[in-house]
Amino acid sequence: MNNERKIYGVAALFTKPDDIINAASKVANDGYSKWDVNTPYPLHGMDNAMKLKPSKIGFITLFMGLCGAASALMLAYFTNSIDFPLVIGGKQFFALPAYIPIAFELTVLFATVSTVVAMLIIFFKFPANNHVLHDTPYMKKVSLDRYGIVIESADPKFEQSKVEELLRSFGPESVEIIYHKEEVKFPIFEPKFISFLILTAIVVSAGTYITLNKLMFMVPFNWMMYQDKVMPQSRTELFEDERGMRQPVEGTVAKGFIPYTYIGIDEPQEYLSNPLLPSIDNLKLGEKKYLTYCSPCHGNFGDGDSRLKGQFPNPPTIHSQRIRSFDDGRLYHIITIGKNIMPSYAAQISREERWAIVNYIRVLQKAKNATTSELEMIIKETGTNVAN
Amino acid sequence: MSVDYTIEPPVVHGRLSIAQIEEMVVKPLDTKPDKKFYIAITISGTFLMIGAVLLLITFYYGIGMWGNNQPVGWAFGIVNFVFWIGIGHAGTLISAILFLLRQKWRTGIARFAEAMTIFAVMCAGIFPIIHTGRPWLAGYLMPYPNQHGIWVNFTSPLVWDVFAVSTYLTVSLIFWYTGLIPDFATLRDRTTSKVKKTIYSIFSLGWRHSHRHWQHYEKTYTLLAGFATPLVLSVHTIVSFDFAVSILPGWHTTILPPYFVAGAIFSGFAMVVTVLVFVRKIFDLQQIITLDHLDKMNKVILATSMMVGLAYGTEFFIAWYSGVAVEQFAFLNRAFGPYTWAYWIMVTCNVLFPQLFWFKKIRRSIPMMMVIVILVNIGMWFERFVIIVVSLHRDFLPSSWGMFIPTLYDVGILIGSFGLFFTLVILFTKALPVISISEIKAVSDGAQPSYHGGENHE
Repeated sequence: MNNERKIYGVAALFTKPDDIINAASKVANDGYSKWDVNTPYPLHGMDNAMKLKPSKIGFITLFMGLCGAASALMLAYFTNSIDFPLVIGGKQFFALPAYIPIAFELTVLFATVSTVVAMLIIFFKFPANNHVLHDTPYMKKVSLDRYGIVIESADPKFEQSKVEELLRSFGPESVEIIYHKEEVKFPIFEPKFISFLILTAIVVSAGTYITLNKLMFMVPFNWMMYQDKVMPQSRTELFEDERGMRQPVEGTVAKGFIPYTYIGIDEPQEYLSNPLLPSIDNLKLGEKKYLTYCSPCHGNFGDGDSRLKGQFPNPPTIHSQRIRSFDDGRLYHIITIGKNIMPSYAAQISREERWAIVNYIRVLQKAKNATTSELEMIIKETGTNVAN
Repeated sequence: MSVDYTIEPPVVHGRLSIAQIEEMVVKPLDTKPDKKFYIAITISGTFLMIGAVLLLITFYYGIGMWGNNQPVGWAFGIVNFVFWIGIGHAGTLISAILFLLRQKWRTGIARFAEAMTIFAVMCAGIFPIIHTGRPWLAGYLMPYPNQHGIWVNFTSPLVWDVFAVSTYLTVSLIFWYTGLIPDFATLRDRTTSKVKKTIYSIFSLGWRHSHRHWQHYEKTYTLLAGFATPLVLSVHTIVSFDFAVSILPGWHTTILPPYFVAGAIFSGFAMVVTVLVFVRKIFDLQQIITLDHLDKMNKVILATSMMVGLAYGTEFFIAWYSGVAVEQFAFLNRAFGPYTWAYWIMVTCNVLFPQLFWFKKIRRSIPMMMVIVILVNIGMWFERFVIIVVSLHRDFLPSSWGMFIPTLYDVGILIGSFGLFFTLVILFTKALPVISISEIKAVSDGAQPSYHGGENHE
């Protein structure tokens, strides 16, 4: 045990406010710098007696208040004028009068919070629960109804005997010497601490697990979503086919839809004739639909050169003599119900579009198999030279 | 009963020493709660539970449980919100405005009034959130970058409200805590219990009554009061904008902001008096919360009552003077329509009864003031009911008129909010000093230096 404890300072207690003011002004005049007065409440005139400079905390309030106003206005400007401009109530994108309430509130919020935080942390260096003065009889008395003054040993002018003499000259109730506390060690590997750590780890990990895996996926109030009724795509025991939805009665015809009655007939051309004229608009429509739906397998020009690189067997060319001899109705029939491996395209391509494709197929067939005399006619009509 | 108003009465009666004052204030914290405490907390806790159960049922089935329906979409939820926010305003007024005006008598009641502010704002904050019907989506009220790519509407009074109320709660809490720091230090130094000492040490942050700290502390406190003063005025102004910015007859008036602020102070003071009368009796604080305090508060109630009365009259005058038919109808409908009883309850309780405070005897009589302030509380609740529900139930189109009938859930949740408020107040009286110890010491007799030289002064 070290008997020579370090002195923190010398303290004196007074019972009357006038005495402490007197003591403080004398100590200040004597040129001490590291000393303090502790009183249970602020005393009028103590600032002058201690020769304290006016508090500068107001500058922080001013600066942060202006920051609050600026950030409110900038947030409103960014959101309502740049990121998501929206005309509301016929106001401008930057409606300054409407932003003033929020600018004011944020000014107050920033200013007050930062003032208090700055006071506690920057000015007072809090939290400071391990300060030497805590738990001394001196502290307990100034906390109640005594007025104390303490001159620290860290002061350059500090000499224990001289300071004691000075303080006694003010007629205090008592003078005491305050020593530094012995350093308290907190061993880390104490069983209590270790078990506390383990417990914290368990609680935190369990909490995290439950939050992330259970709580986050809890759907509140979902009984609008799940109701006691059979939904179209769901399975049910109610019907024999276990489908939630009912199939239409056989022979049902959809509104505005004439059924295609030639399924199963090989050559319906005698009933089907092309209703579309090979006008430019129709041919353009046919080209577009041909390139979309037909060209992946049949090739851009109908040569049967599939782009699918053998994933499906290539279809035959449409330029063969056999296919060229097909009627429009037969080509339409093939697109509608399919042939061999080719499926029906009735679902994807409307009737009019199918006829337009047929017309376009005719154009392709003509273009690939034109005779010399036909080419000459075109040159004559248009005045251009195909060879150029 | 002779009171001389020409001299300033001492803030603390009975020439108590500083140590005696501290003893008196701290006593409820050091003693075990008695029977009265348990009875009080049982009653308020029962109210709180009623509200909580009905609120849970509301959450489970949705706000269809309430009486709100077209055309009255805003009813008890918003009425209670405005009512509680108004209650809160008295606390900030006492702690900030009276501080700036150097009214020493505020010290006896400021801490308590501030606490009531915080509890009232908590009660108020519940209502708009449950009123949305989906309280778990309340976060949408804040502007934050989100997946939807949209922002809140900064030109909307409802968004102003969110900012105003949350700022008000934060600033009130900080103001309150700043005032509590020296008291926590005092409690830390006087307690003998190790657990209590640890708790008080944590909250005192190591305050050591240093005058180098007091200097900044006083400056900060003044700055906070300076900010809280315009803040309290702005909060109820913005609450009134929720109505004034709309085009509904009865709401669309420029008088609403000052009228709301006056009403808030009025109702808040009434609530503070209601609670203080009990607290000073139960905790034997009659020497610190004196009859002089209550007398002064009743004068404020009288003054604000007449302001509110003036506003009622002005509204009628402007409705007539504007020459707008729907506006005139809205006010005639208030006074003589289907909700005429609500209007006349409001006028009687808010304007007529407080006039009794002109008499000194009534101002200083505890039973009489209890009756009047409770009537004021009722009247002020009905004022918000009249403004909100009665304006909504009959607007421009007679074909869409309707009536609002509150359900059990509406009433139960209102009772629950009172339960929450009083439970918090009761717990506060046992957990923290209800009077600021350092402030009340500073204004007691002989606490400040006399500058007579310090000799022979008594």
